[in-house]
Amino acid sequence: MKKTLFDKVWDKHVVQQIDQGPDVLFIDRHMVHEVTSPVAFLGLKNRNIKVMYPDRTFATADHNTPTINQHLPVQDPLSAKQLDALEKNANEHGISYWGLGHEKNGIVHVVGPEYGITVPGATIVCGDSHTSTHGAFGAIAFGIGTSEVEMVLSTQCILQPKPKKMRITINGVLQKGVTPKDVALFIISKLTTSGATGYFVEYAGDVFKNMTMEGRMTVCNLSIEMGARGGMIAPDEKTFHYIKDREFTPKGAEWDKAMDYWQELYSDDGAEFDKELFFEGNEIEPMITFGTNPGMGIGISKDIPTAEAIGGGAATYQKSLNYMGYNEGESMIGKDIDFVFIGSCTNGRIEDFRAFTEIVKGRKKADNVTAWLVPGSHKVEKAIKDEGLLDILEESGFELREPGCSACLAMNDDKVPKGKYAVSTSNRNFEGRQGPGSRTLLASPIMAAAAAITGKVTDPRTLIN
Amino acid sequence: MAYDKFNILNSTAVPLSIENVDTDQIIPARFLKATERVGFGDNLFRDWRYKNDDTPKTDFVLNNDTFSGKILVGGKNFGSGSSREHAAWAIYDYGFRCVVSSFFADIFRNNCLNVGVLPVQVSPEFLEQIFSAIEANPQTSLTVDLSNQKITLDATGDNESFEINPYKKENMINGFDDIDYLINIKEDIRTFSKNTPL
Repeated sequence: MKKTLFDKVWDKHVVQQIDQGPDVLFIDRHMVHEVTSPVAFLGLKNRNIKVMYPDRTFATADHNTPTINQHLPVQDPLSAKQLDALEKNANEHGISYWGLGHEKNGIVHVVGPEYGITVPGATIVCGDSHTSTHGAFGAIAFGIGTSEVEMVLSTQCILQPKPKKMRITINGVLQKGVTPKDVALFIISKLTTSGATGYFVEYAGDVFKNMTMEGRMTVCNLSIEMGARGGMIAPDEKTFHYIKDREFTPKGAEWDKAMDYWQELYSDDGAEFDKELFFEGNEIEPMITFGTNPGMGIGISKDIPTAEAIGGGAATYQKSLNYMGYNEGESMIGKDIDFVFIGSCTNGRIEDFRAFTEIVKGRKKADNVTAWLVPGSHKVEKAIKDEGLLDILEESGFELREPGCSACLAMNDDKVPKGKYAVSTSNRNFEGRQGPGSRTLLASPIMAAAAAITGKVTDPRTLIN
Repeated sequence: MAYDKFNILNSTAVPLSIENVDTDQIIPARFLKATERVGFGDNLFRDWRYKNDDTPKTDFVLNNDTFSGKILVGGKNFGSGSSREHAAWAIYDYGFRCVVSSFFADIFRNNCLNVGVLPVQVSPEFLEQIFSAIEANPQTSLTVDLSNQKITLDATGDNESFEINPYKKENMINGFDDIDYLINIKEDIRTFSKNTPL
């Protein structure tokens, strides 16, 4: 029988099929962070049970952590308590814990691939919706709720109905200045935030084949923003090269055995999808969002659409524009901004910082802009320094902060004030996402760089040398 | 975690006719810092419900005494965004046992079912009918019958059937959770794990 990539991986992990119920799915790797785990660990305590496979479980602190002075005690008592709880729980259950100050610390979806926890053909979960990131390696990776975290901690399994399958194929060549982030925002703008709900997506075609692993991570990361539980890309030589010799990837005979499995991971010719979508790579422009969900994005040369053109709820659409302080028909180019944030599990990797630096090099940060540059991990931070990017950034008036989720969800002190505009490389522009009353414009690292230099929304192509 | 069994719910409802209500609105990230599952209802829809100085926003439906009940009726694509189960906890803790919409985000729907909140998906037309009925008469009551998978506008008897996975339905009716199920098959899982490729 012809199978999709998704089927191949899923079917390998089904422990049991419940009659008229969900599948019992075995989980290879479970990543844990401080926010969605404490109640799950409490559940284990109440049942008096231990984590079933501590060596399949990895914990890092990221959501709550400050991005300055990480060597000092955490000031916010609630954050400190949550971080303490994770450390205690990890120690009690024998789980690797990469806490604040640990050299491997960073955002869960950045460190997973960095250390080879993420491998093709695996099932990977975490109490975080952007777990879809790991699908870039051909893994089935998706976010779960805390009850499910408790299930995985206690039994290494969850109960999941098998989702439907969608394939999104984009062929052709991307234009100058169009990045993986733009590809993802383009797809979401076409599908809306619920267009892939109920589906698991496979990305196929030249555009994804030609992307770097980090680019693929950015795209898969944003799968959840179109409603999909996850997205994945068939592993290829680029994937195998990326993961080889990382700390947690298989070695020697184990590697060879894994390769036998991994090399079969692609959708067979003629395998059936419940839905197939096709786009052309050269149609995609640098994208920016103008509203309060990631589906409200446009090519930078376009105007904010009318409610009529969008279809659907006019009242909700108007509420969204009111929140942003924008009107139908306006251009985004030249809009005032106050903050720029580069970082997050979407765009907090070294290639993102290289792209940002390339634009700001030899230019100065605009005075009206507060810029937060937050690496996704210590490894990224180190690369920024080692590659000499930091010198260039500092010369242009930027400072580098310490790793964490930071202003993506503003659980720490990195909050955009009420009414202020932030061009962000993160993943959500929901009301108040970056701080109560904050207004977010999602964009690529080079769009963020262009905004940081000019102090307003700018087509990054005008600054590409 | 244990929750109250669900069979038949008869209640008035609170209408929230906004689409794409994301979990950041249901409970903003800054209220996710607890290490126990207590008090989340206080921060349900925090930034829509309260001003910066913590005084209530009188135009928000939860602050309007006219509307009350154990059923929350939301616009389409309810619960999108973050996987935070805290959103479902907040809804339960506030006192809702059922959310009605014409479309739910996946993870939110799963989370609800795991914590004892019943997500009831109805047609866009029936959703509009419910909104109109509540608007015309805030005392409008609905009956959600889980066993028969039916939701009814009591005054007119208009009703629709809704889907739910049979396994999940049994769980909700009996107040069971998935963890009990999984713990009971732990030996099978152990055997399975020995043959996994990774």
